[in-house]
Amino acid sequence: MTASSRRTTESSAGTRPGGGPVPLPTPKFASAARSALADTGLRRNLRGATAEARARTSAATAEAADWDALREAGRAIGDATLLNLDVHLEELERGVTGAGGVVHWAVDAAEAREVVTGLVRASGAKEVVKASSATLREIGLDAALARAGVTAYETAIADLVVGVGGDEPSHLLSPALHRDRAEIAELFRRTLPAAADLGDDPAGLAAAARAHLRDRLLRARVAVTGANFLVAETGTPVVLESEGNARMCLSLPDTLITVAGIDKVVPAWADLEVFLQLLPRAAGAGPMTPYAASWPGVTPGDGPRAFHLVLVDNGRTRALADEVGRAALRCVRCSACVNVCPVYERTGGRAYGPVYPGPIGAILTPQLRGVESAADASLPYASTLCGACADVCPVKIDIPGVLVHLRGAVVESRRRRPVPTPELALMRGLAWTMGDARRYETALRRSTRWARLLSRGGRIRRLPGLLGKWTEARDLPAPPAESFRAWWARRRP
Amino acid sequence: MTGGGSRAEVLRRVREALGGSRGTSPPVPRGYDRTLPEAEAATRADVVALFSERVAANRAAVRHVSADELGTAVAAALWGREVKQIVVPADLPYGWLAELEGVRALADAPALDAEALGAVDGVVTGCAAAVARTGTVILDGGRAQGRRALTAVPGYHLCVVHADQIVGTVPEAVRRLDPSRPLTWISGPSATHAIEMVRVEGGHGPLHLEILVVED
Repeated sequence: MTASSRRTTESSAGTRPGGGPVPLPTPKFASAARSALADTGLRRNLRGATAEARARTSAATAEAADWDALREAGRAIGDATLLNLDVHLEELERGVTGAGGVVHWAVDAAEAREVVTGLVRASGAKEVVKASSATLREIGLDAALARAGVTAYETAIADLVVGVGGDEPSHLLSPALHRDRAEIAELFRRTLPAAADLGDDPAGLAAAARAHLRDRLLRARVAVTGANFLVAETGTPVVLESEGNARMCLSLPDTLITVAGIDKVVPAWADLEVFLQLLPRAAGAGPMTPYAASWPGVTPGDGPRAFHLVLVDNGRTRALADEVGRAALRCVRCSACVNVCPVYERTGGRAYGPVYPGPIGAILTPQLRGVESAADASLPYASTLCGACADVCPVKIDIPGVLVHLRGAVVESRRRRPVPTPELALMRGLAWTMGDARRYETALRRSTRWARLLSRGGRIRRLPGLLGKWTEARDLPAPPAESFRAWWARRRP
Repeated sequence: MTGGGSRAEVLRRVREALGGSRGTSPPVPRGYDRTLPEAEAATRADVVALFSERVAANRAAVRHVSADELGTAVAAALWGREVKQIVVPADLPYGWLAELEGVRALADAPALDAEALGAVDGVVTGCAAAVARTGTVILDGGRAQGRRALTAVPGYHLCVVHADQIVGTVPEAVRRLDPSRPLTWISGPSATHAIEMVRVEGGHGPLHLEILVVED
């Protein structure tokens, strides 16, 4: 890690997404997960919904006979893109500009917010519609717009649920996953003017959300969206969606502002043939999502008269600098890894922090923000390393490999501290003990004696002190009365 | 417009991050299907049949008609949905609507405003291409397709596909399309997974999609 990449994180640390100017302390993963683990209703929702999503993804991927060839192509295109990212970004800029669009660059979340807020202010609009995008959440756009006197309306149904529920999204593609239909019905009855006697049938709930958002979508003058891909060769953003709110955002308002990370670049138009197959199937949307839209800058007589593309770094170049970790930038945000993760299935999305949940969040967030804070440093440990995520990833990101690599980075970053962490002190003690045969044997004899004193019926239920964390969730078998070394020494005098 | 400072800074960071590996191009293996394998569709008729099967799997309605039945089929579809008022692209072939009775068709010339568009029940268009393997129709704003908002707002979309517009796979479609036009790939009616990840038809776009395949 270079000095300049550390500087990057420090400057963006003060602009934590959603937190406004004063960052709220985020709890470590383990403590943040505690309340979710104790909530049986939430765990039931998560179990049901992730099982549903997993079944759809595996059906869609099993159906494509060339799935592995597609994944391999997706991986290779992703790697080749990153290694030439500067060239592709400049090509993208030329393409968008040539088609009547304007490209803006933002080094961090604060600058991205400033650019978008400035554009909205210049348009004179007092409200904007948004098509759900993790990048918009990442840069904390809503709060910035609110400070500028502009109301931002989410237009995806799940985002509406999160909005009226006043909580944080818990999944990339289905942000209201933590709520079941009865809770959503209750929320809608309480908050939507025309929904006082709504039942809890999902179709009825979707219809109520549609009716509630329709006028807003029809009268909006400015839309802010994300993008799934940015084709460099042709200067074309691409958006995939199911509900149709993004299509309305892309075609009805006068001004369209699209905010996307610099990692969304795809080199050539023909490369879309790979990603338009990978993303829908991995996301469990079947062979194709209901809608995919691409547009070149401004088209006279069709859609917005002004198009702005905001390219956001916000830590991505920091991730790019890490040869192992940069694989995370290949991510196409399909959520397949989230839906198969046994940890996510039990903790839900909110323990992972504000934006990217699940295994991909556990490798992306610490790289975008650095591992200096306790919350970000805890994320690479939020995994059992079972590897299910790597098996389903459509662009073959070795998530467990990157997790282990980042755990190494966390340990390294703590080595510099004046007071060692308990883990480091313990490891140093062990290294000293094991560095000498006699010290080791003495320590072994003593700890065996103590351990046998602590055991009941051949098992140790609770270890003393910090070691007790290990026995919080499991028993330790008592060591045998005679160690192998002692037995060996006795056998051959 | 943001200053060139940030542009230069982002590009500088990218170059610095990549260091010596910048500019290398690892090979991209493209072993996936570019066209439909023989086993999946040996003849043109198989491709068209696969398209219809996939459209139905996407929960859209699909019917096959001959060219001279098209006018009647369009009218029958609209009556079946009890559609009273539709919007159509100004260059929709006249014959498609020739049999229409009791349905008011508004041509999008001059362009309808959003409120007027929100008030119509349906839209009738053609398409630029269609994909058999995914059951997708693709609109590019060309002949008989109109601007994007026409098919994004009304609750019902009737799309006419000529059999020779159907290609087998996504790669074939991508290569046939013009990226300098606004493109919309449509695979079924609007849907949402917002509630318990259960698929429900009916987000914001058309709740019903109906496709007429014109066989030559």
